[in-house]
Amino acid sequence: MEQPNPERDEAYWADTSRLMWTTLGIWFFFGYVIHAFVIPLNKIVILGFPLGFYMAAQGSLIAFVVLLFWFAKSQDKIDRKHGVAEDDE
Amino acid sequence: MASQSTAAFTQQLGKYYVTYTGVFAAFVVLLAILEWFGVPNRVIGYLFVFFTLAVYAMIGIMSRTTQVSEYYVAGRRVPAIFNGMATGADWMSAASFVGMAGTLFLLGYDGLAWVLGWTGGYVLVSTLVAPFLRKFGAYTVPDFMSYRYGGNFARLLAVIVLVSCSFTYIVAQVYGTGIIASRFLGMQFEIAVFVGLAGILLCSMLGGMRAVTWTQIAQYIILIIAYLLPVIILSTQKFGIPLPQLTYGQAIQDIVAREQQMLQTGLATAASLKSHIVPFQTYSPLNFFGIILCMMVGTASLPHILMRYFTTPSVREARQSVAWSLFFIFLLYFTAPAYAAFSKLEVYENIIGRNLTEIRPWLYTWGELGLIQICGKPAASLDAVLAACKEIAGHPGVVRLQDFVINTDVIVLSTPEIAGLPYVISGLVAAGGLAAALSTADGLLLAIANALSHDIYYKMLDPNASTVRRLTVARILLLVVAILAAYVASTRPGDILAMVGWAFSLAMAGNFPAIVMGIWWKRTTTTAAVLGMIAGFGLCIFYLVTTRYYPQAGVNYFGMTALTNPVTGAPLVDIAKVMADPKVLADVPASGSNPLQSRVGWFGLNNINCGMLGAPLGFLVMIVVSLMGKAPSKEMQAFVDEIRKPRGRTVIEEKI
Repeated sequence: MEQPNPERDEAYWADTSRLMWTTLGIWFFFGYVIHAFVIPLNKIVILGFPLGFYMAAQGSLIAFVVLLFWFAKSQDKIDRKHGVAEDDE
Repeated sequence: MASQSTAAFTQQLGKYYVTYTGVFAAFVVLLAILEWFGVPNRVIGYLFVFFTLAVYAMIGIMSRTTQVSEYYVAGRRVPAIFNGMATGADWMSAASFVGMAGTLFLLGYDGLAWVLGWTGGYVLVSTLVAPFLRKFGAYTVPDFMSYRYGGNFARLLAVIVLVSCSFTYIVAQVYGTGIIASRFLGMQFEIAVFVGLAGILLCSMLGGMRAVTWTQIAQYIILIIAYLLPVIILSTQKFGIPLPQLTYGQAIQDIVAREQQMLQTGLATAASLKSHIVPFQTYSPLNFFGIILCMMVGTASLPHILMRYFTTPSVREARQSVAWSLFFIFLLYFTAPAYAAFSKLEVYENIIGRNLTEIRPWLYTWGELGLIQICGKPAASLDAVLAACKEIAGHPGVVRLQDFVINTDVIVLSTPEIAGLPYVISGLVAAGGLAAALSTADGLLLAIANALSHDIYYKMLDPNASTVRRLTVARILLLVVAILAAYVASTRPGDILAMVGWAFSLAMAGNFPAIVMGIWWKRTTTTAAVLGMIAGFGLCIFYLVTTRYYPQAGVNYFGMTALTNPVTGAPLVDIAKVMADPKVLADVPASGSNPLQSRVGWFGLNNINCGMLGAPLGFLVMIVVSLMGKAPSKEMQAFVDEIRKPRGRTVIEEKI
């Protein structure tokens, strides 16, 4: 059992929370905000796709996938910085 | 046991599944050759279904286990990428495989609420929930509730939430296997249901989570090949590029142009035509965004999904695994709109506006099954269509949009025929649909049976039970739940398909606030969590049941008003008129014929979005009651600190 270290825990959790809010901010933008503008966005057409339709059908989905890989990497960086990451094999 | 390093194990698994994919491809080629030599379609269909079922069963039997941790969490050594595939199969049900494209066909833009809702939720899974539950080291979601919120009462509540959202869902999956098997094999529906049941049990009974994991990966590979192949071929035929996700933009332009043309030439009325790209024709903005939110938050609360992340070797891999899961799910969901667009173009160009005698023959196969209707009758043959349209006064002799009705299931299933592909591709699609339904059913069945055997039996009734006894009880309960689900499915309950969407709202209202607050706010107390769960889940259930089964009571006693048409703003029903009709009141609770059913509510909110009422109430109750009470003990706060840090052992260690 390792020694309790409240200061480190607090700093770690502050970083983790910040990353959580950033990630959820991006999630909220691609999940909701952008689709509120579907009508004006549909006036822009790329490769046959009205942009508003495209964002709901593909754009936001791609953003979510990229976001999740980025999140996993960033959180791992935070874990290592504060020495709470699991051991590598 | 895990003397092998994760990297080596991942590599070895990769070899297995690449070989497996090769064998499957060879099998498809073999069947294509058989078809070429004149083997009848029905035989090919049977070979497909029985070969794939045999493979799943073989994996299931090879993965049998007598260890509790293997049975419940696959020994916690499933590498991130493979767990991602298994989650993909766990997640994508018959409704995603067969129904999603059909919904997009019918609703156009508004259908994309489901695509968004069923993908974005994984962001919440990864940031807020899964890694922490993995660190905790539970076998089930109710385990966490019990530990964090003072014992068996919270556990029992969590089990109630779990069973109520998972059982209707599994019935729908068994129903789906029955539909697919009966459609492609010509089996009687009731028999097909029990064949599907056998497939499900063979996968899960002996090996629990371990067996389900390895079969779900095998099922994912088949379902994704089966989903992508037909539409890739179709895209290549039409546009010369094998990327349907890119080329359907052109199809959308053609659809939009054709919509205008049909309106001008009288082939469609404004009432029968829904534009493919104009938003908010079916759902009001509130309900559109409500569906997105409820499906997303529901994703992060459904126990059969969360428990998949209990099986990874580490917290780090749990996070990576969520990303892989969404990637594998994304492959199907971003292809679904292409299916919808291609099928719509085919219908608009080659059916609507055509002389009745020129209808393309692929349609009659589905007409015979009653899945396509022209002029109000099943389009079983040219004669049937001609006879049906003759009965309509002043029918012009060409198919108009309002004459044409298509069941949403047909969109994916008929694409091979639209593209003129050999039957072997249709058989492949059937095998894919079956894999989707079976894999989801496996996951749900295990979630329910584990909650009953681990949480109710072991933790609450007999904590001293031996390993052998626990596993025996787990297997018996699995069998009982499976048979019960198959029995309910074989009665063809009309409501069950509508209830799948409810599962998400129920999970959202019942689980989400308690799980998230338990991890993210140390101050959350036991009383607050228990009251919050009861209040949130209770309100959600109340709203569902009232609006669907007792709408008159909702209007009379709870101030509910009619939902409105999002385009015109007019009420969907004239409540005063309906309530004045004594025939309607005699029909309570209505058997699907009550004109008020699901058409009343508060704030114009569809009942599928009841999580929008329940979850905020749950959060509110938890915050207020927590602040009124004493802060949780030092030990509990230390426990929360512990699950927040990936390093170190899991918080609870189960005895093996």
